[in-house]
Amino acid sequence: MQTALEFQPLRLPEHVQRLRAEVRAFIRSEIDAGTFDPDSPEEDWSVHKQFAKKVAQRGWIGMTWPRQYGGQERSFLDRFVVNEEMMASNAPNTVYFTADRQSGPTLIKYASERIKSEVLPKIIAGEACFCIGMSEPDSGSDLFAAKCKATRTDGGWKINGSKIWTTNAHRADYMIGLFRTSSPTDKNRRHGLTSFLVDMKAPGITCNLIDQMSGVRDFNEVVFDNVFIPDDQLIGEVDGAWKQATTELAYERSGPERFLETFAVLRKLVEIAGSKPDARMTEAIGGLVAELHALRRMSVSVAGMLEAGREPVSEAAIVKDLGTLWEQDLPQRVRRATAHLPIDAASYGGFEQVLQFNTRIAPKLTIQGGTTEILRGVIARGLGLR
Amino acid sequence: MQNDDLVAASAQRLFADVADIQAVIAAKDTSWKDRLWAGVEETGLNVAALPEDLGGAALGLYDSLGILRIAGGAALAAPLAETLLAGWMLGAAGLEMPAGRIAFGPSSFFDDVTLHADGSVSGAVARLPFARECAHAALLARGPEGLSVVLIALDDAAIERNSNLAYDPVDRVTLSKCRVVATRRAPAAFTADTALLIGAAARSLQIAGALEKILALTTEYVMQRRAFERLISGFQSVQHSVAQLAGEVAVSVSAARSAADAIEGLLKQGRDFGDPELRLEVISAKIRTASAAQKGAAIAHQLHGAIGVTREHVLHRLTLRVLAWRDDYGNESQWRERLGQLVCERGPEALWPLLATR
Repeated sequence: MQTALEFQPLRLPEHVQRLRAEVRAFIRSEIDAGTFDPDSPEEDWSVHKQFAKKVAQRGWIGMTWPRQYGGQERSFLDRFVVNEEMMASNAPNTVYFTADRQSGPTLIKYASERIKSEVLPKIIAGEACFCIGMSEPDSGSDLFAAKCKATRTDGGWKINGSKIWTTNAHRADYMIGLFRTSSPTDKNRRHGLTSFLVDMKAPGITCNLIDQMSGVRDFNEVVFDNVFIPDDQLIGEVDGAWKQATTELAYERSGPERFLETFAVLRKLVEIAGSKPDARMTEAIGGLVAELHALRRMSVSVAGMLEAGREPVSEAAIVKDLGTLWEQDLPQRVRRATAHLPIDAASYGGFEQVLQFNTRIAPKLTIQGGTTEILRGVIARGLGLR
Repeated sequence: MQNDDLVAASAQRLFADVADIQAVIAAKDTSWKDRLWAGVEETGLNVAALPEDLGGAALGLYDSLGILRIAGGAALAAPLAETLLAGWMLGAAGLEMPAGRIAFGPSSFFDDVTLHADGSVSGAVARLPFARECAHAALLARGPEGLSVVLIALDDAAIERNSNLAYDPVDRVTLSKCRVVATRRAPAAFTADTALLIGAAARSLQIAGALEKILALTTEYVMQRRAFERLISGFQSVQHSVAQLAGEVAVSVSAARSAADAIEGLLKQGRDFGDPELRLEVISAKIRTASAAQKGAAIAHQLHGAIGVTREHVLHRLTLRVLAWRDDYGNESQWRERLGQLVCERGPEALWPLLATR
């Protein structure tokens, strides 16, 4: 772990910063045109769909992927800045976000040639939305307890069972899901699970929306009733999905989305604080900005490790553990910082709504994509404690 | 092996040989301090950041500050950071650096050092680290022609002894029309708080290095200590505490190194100490390492149990120092306020662009 904690102080290279300027100008023009509001996430799915097309036209989806599938083989750092600029301004990136971050890279590594040549170009065009089928009613953090079954049939597999808490399943074109293909063994309880690419339009799939306390409607229960999966939609090794997870997790856990989810609250705080607030307010803002900067620099450093071809599993877990706790706490701290301001309806109107929304989504941030408890287990393993 | 790796390796060896933490606790007197300092000068660690034409090693700020991470890991109770920074500041002003230990200031926002037209200096530095052990002090002073770097002999100053949380000297130094050994206008890149900024960067690296050592000690301890008929590293609550400590260590190392890299890189580009990017990097590092010090020390002590609070155990040499270092060259509350001012003056639209510059 001594080397794992090296965290080189990466400076993003000049060409990456030029790309950032382009992305920022694009986002600015979209905000000015009224496409979306940077203070709160866009709810209208058609806005997300149109936005994905525009981003695709600029070549900013799947930009690190191989040319033969329509990618540009650009650096991971390029993707990093596109992503962080989108996150910081609440851009409507939901259509392509999951596919660009993890589903595409998984397909590139493990999918059949037919799937790669058919699906990857669709993602790059901003036309394929992915969801991740992991959690089940009786298996959340403990992924290896999954029961949703895939059984052999002529020319492929039949899936029966259900997944739950599946974000965007109701509007996704594809799912990459984890299914039970045989029983775990005494020696290896992780054995027996297999990844498949599921076409969400396939007959037998029902998505039931589950409302969240935040008012967000993107959770689903996904029920599979004899859903047929052709053989070449197998991803990786039968019964061996557990071997495939490591690198993906580093990508999934170290990105700016792990500390920028509630960033709008901080920007709003600076807005209502004005240019010369009292010491109590400046101290609060200074502390928050310092901590956010430190998190981001760590995330940039992990991006550099990924770009260098390393597998920074513990480092990524640290970024997510610290980052999600920070973004979860942010609305509470912003609330305290504003406690002594006079209530002025004009300046508070927008602020209060932004604060409320982000306070409502906060509990979810340390659960999705690996809970705090799971992450700490991963970090402890990296230190040799388990 | 690169030059800077060699320096790092020799620093590590030197600290292990003459300032081993357990040996320092057992020492009957402080003669190890003189042996340590002789070794520091022999290996040239004191002149790491001094330009070559002035007799220095010209390592550059990033690598020089990197030495302080190692010194932090050794819980080094000697003015190495201060002397190294004094050499950097004197060198930047084109002044010769004397041999021996040199204090470095101002070290707090309340200090005030004024260079008079007659060439003498007056003022006070409230908590000057290691002042009583140093022959000289390099100070940034307000002069009749603007900011000046001054070198004084501490024999000419009134020193009132005081010590910090870790029992190390932080003496009150009062200067009244004190003779100046050498002085020169400060480089154009300097601001009035440059000594505080570079001192804050140094302390951040020391804290980061010490926290790394604290993590190593803690990991080792929980993997050998048994309770309830098993190694305590097997308990999930213990694993999660160690993981949290590791997170604090990681963010400290990352922030401190990033700050050092930013100072060196931005100054090379011709930016100055008023540059918002540079200030964000350095101030964040000090604020974040200070809070990591608090949380990290608490976790390490909790996991070590009673043995960790004994004088004989090495842990307190590290934990008390990381906590003490929070107060040098601006504490986290003072820096938070200043960073907040900077952010608010620039307004909400400038916040993200500032964060995403590097």
